[in-house]
Amino acid sequence: MDEPADPPDTRFGRWVRLDGAEPEGVPFTIDGEPAEGRNGDTLLTAILTVRPDLGPLPPDRRVRAGFCLIGLCQDCWVRLEDGRRVRACTTPLEPGMAIRLETSDRAW
Amino acid sequence: MAGRILTEVAIVGGGLVGCSTALHFARRRVPCVLLEAERCGAHASGVNYGGIRIQGRALAELPLAERARRRWGRLDRIVGADGEFRATGHLRIARDEAEAATLERWALEAARHGVRCELLPAEVLRSRFPWLGEGFAAASYCPDDGQANPRIVTPLFARTAREEGATILEGRAVVSIERTSRGFLLRAEPELEVEARVLVNAAGAWGTAIAAMLGEHLPSEPIAPNMLVSEPLPFKIEPNIGMAGPGIYLRQVPSGSVVFGGGRGSVDLERRRCRPLFATSLSTIEEACRVVPELARASIIRTWAGIEGRTPDDLPVIGPSTVVPGLFHAFGFSGHGFMLAPAVGIVLVELVLDGHSATSLEGLSPSRSTSVPAIPATT
Amino acid sequence: MVKSDPLVVVVGAGPAGMAAARTLVEGGLRPLVLDKQPAPGGRMWQQPAGSRQPCGLPGHDAETAERARKEFLDLAERIDWYPGTTVVDATRGRLWAMGPGGEVDETSWDALLVAAGALDRVVPLPGWTLPGVYTLGGAQTALKALGCAVGRRVGFLGTGPLLWLAAAQHLVAGVEVAVVADTSRWTGAMRALPDLLADRARLALGLRCLRMLRGAGVPIRRGIRAAAIEGGENVTGIALATRRGPRRFACDAVAIGVGLVPQTQLLDLLDAPFDLDAESGVWLPRADRAGRTPVEKVFVAGDGARPLGAAAAALSGERAALAILEDIGRPFDRDRAARLERDLERHVRFARGLARAFPFPAGLEAGIASDTVVCRCEGVAAGAITAAVRAFGCHEVNAVKALTRCGMGRCQGRLCGLAAARIAAVTAGVALAEAGRLRAQAPIEPLPARVRRTAPDAVA
Repeated sequence: MDEPADPPDTRFGRWVRLDGAEPEGVPFTIDGEPAEGRNGDTLLTAILTVRPDLGPLPPDRRVRAGFCLIGLCQDCWVRLEDGRRVRACTTPLEPGMAIRLETSDRAW
Repeated sequence: MAGRILTEVAIVGGGLVGCSTALHFARRRVPCVLLEAERCGAHASGVNYGGIRIQGRALAELPLAERARRRWGRLDRIVGADGEFRATGHLRIARDEAEAATLERWALEAARHGVRCELLPAEVLRSRFPWLGEGFAAASYCPDDGQANPRIVTPLFARTAREEGATILEGRAVVSIERTSRGFLLRAEPELEVEARVLVNAAGAWGTAIAAMLGEHLPSEPIAPNMLVSEPLPFKIEPNIGMAGPGIYLRQVPSGSVVFGGGRGSVDLERRRCRPLFATSLSTIEEACRVVPELARASIIRTWAGIEGRTPDDLPVIGPSTVVPGLFHAFGFSGHGFMLAPAVGIVLVELVLDGHSATSLEGLSPSRSTSVPAIPATT
Repeated sequence: MVKSDPLVVVVGAGPAGMAAARTLVEGGLRPLVLDKQPAPGGRMWQQPAGSRQPCGLPGHDAETAERARKEFLDLAERIDWYPGTTVVDATRGRLWAMGPGGEVDETSWDALLVAAGALDRVVPLPGWTLPGVYTLGGAQTALKALGCAVGRRVGFLGTGPLLWLAAAQHLVAGVEVAVVADTSRWTGAMRALPDLLADRARLALGLRCLRMLRGAGVPIRRGIRAAAIEGGENVTGIALATRRGPRRFACDAVAIGVGLVPQTQLLDLLDAPFDLDAESGVWLPRADRAGRTPVEKVFVAGDGARPLGAAAAALSGERAALAILEDIGRPFDRDRAARLERDLERHVRFARGLARAFPFPAGLEAGIASDTVVCRCEGVAAGAITAAVRAFGCHEVNAVKALTRCGMGRCQGRLCGLAAARIAAVTAGVALAEAGRLRAQAPIEPLPARVRRTAPDAVA
């Protein structure tokens, strides 16, 4: 064993903002819960700095959290409350966006 | 395999019809050689929509379709796997009263053939199929219809035919055919000659050209159905869906993707290439979203097309040649041959070896488009 | 613009696309630039969000990137620039692009330059689909452009210059680096030295990254023979098989990558031919030194032609633009073209050195365990591929795709196509070239079904 240390807790945000400041500026919601992102965030940045993942995606319902971050792997599609699906890594966060990660229903 | 092969039966075309024919010749222990220009299932057989339906078919096709349907139900015993065939039912949708009348007429005819078909008035559609869009006039539902995976069915037939002794040669394009005292001499590129007593023309969109090599005029035009597929979505659409008139067809596969089509892509028969057309895809998407409105929330991830032959009356040409003894045709399925193919192979073999088949091909024979009477099969 | 001017369309506004646009404007044309990103710069010279970029990252010449972006933005009046616009299909003389609002426009073109960039190449490993695993480029994008680290303790696994650069950049940004695990060996780097001397600055940068990582006490492992990413719901560590035995490193994120793959889907739709690069096993679009493909009036530049880095991408974009001017009968500077080709030759030589120093770990890919997922979109494991190859006696990768669904998912085989071909070839016992190349199909990126077509030629 080179490194016995336990990995850090990712129950909250998977990603770490490098300047350490608290999020401010752009309010949005995830499954109805209020959250805040920052000006210039992509949807993926906004979600993964407060959540560990994007939830499961068909066909295998594997839990995803992005992969390539440049819009090519298609691993970060999320649903908005209005029914639209968007690719989180190429979609800018807009104030008031309502994201639906919970997919226990059978809705498309 | 350069050189010359002597065999009983030569089959031109490694689509599902050709492979299923090869399999049944092999099962009757008749030596046969199948020549495929590319690889088996490379065109419409391997990339078609995958619908398995009797509903809506021309009456001339019904005997063949019924036999095919019985074979789909026991595909695992024919080729060792079920080809992902599922009897999901087929829903045929009428957009207006005229189309609704079409459904009623067909249901009446179908009843005479013993085909189960349920007519559904507009008011029950949404309660029974909650994902269906609004404003449709009526529908009819055939519970015994279904769907299968075209990508694996042709390889299954090709593999089983090989295992049972058929010779299937891929990458061999037939460039000329002449009649000999023994039957037929086929020249294929690269360098191969096949001499056979019987010739089966299962060349799909190239069937017209193969017939022409022997002086027979059987017209067809190449078409390429324009297909699309969505990203995988939670499963909710059980039946295979089609329209009563021209329009889209749509099904959801078990892994969740919605496969649909409607219009046509472009074809270059010479180069053996086809491609979907973006404008066609866009209008097909729009129409599919009217049938299943929630589809508008999904992404379309791939489109494709596959080359297929279409005859002037939209019916396949199946049976003995009207002009050349020993030549049998099975092509020009006009976009709905996948479902029929597992029966076409065995019926052809019966025609060739027994001189007749219990399955009627009336209205499908090569003679129908000419005034020349069919030469009775004597082989 | 004179009405009869030919319409040149540039796809991509990274270093290659921006340089090409500038050169075309200098040549008196008004190019149409379609770029997927909301701001110019591409992936390599991407605009950081706000003032987020950590300062002093090694190997990131923020000033060059900013100058190039500014030069491009200064052209705004003389080009037709559509940011946030994804090209989804193309035929001879036509293409279809989807705008940020999901509207699809059709436009014609007289010449087309594809400068679509590259994507990290990955070798499927146990655990590579766990949340918390990213491409090297992805981890770097998070750091450089999004102001984030993809985890608190990041392991770096793979091979190539980006492995070391991304690790060093994370270190400088204050992110803990769990390990740098490279499949290549020092001996390869030694043999590559003569070619690597073609670009002393980049060689020095590589050595600087190595020194920084060593100086910070980051564990470094080379000659990795097997690797697995461990975890259940999340990444918990990397397990390595090294020459000195098994090693395990705890981390909550892993960045993986073994080089770059050009994004050539558009060229594929236009029937452009490809050749297998024997050394890397990547299919590269056939093109002359100026970026002309054999398809009339279709050009390719930048990492989307051959991954050589940002500086070379800018040179090749400029060179391709000169070729376009030449081919449409406009005056162009022959000496400048020759100079660019000479400069590019130096980058090609350096890339040859990199390929030797960091060879593609073909053994790792060929030796994949049967339960390791190859196609992350459709969840297809290696065993399904080997089973299909054996059961049906096929090895052509498009046939394998049809039988297994591998490469049929949302990313359309971008991430799994090369691995699937190798697994098929190895299983069937044929040369890699025999397995062929996954063909691209339109739309080359997912097309929301709610798209609506705007009036024809609304863009052009």
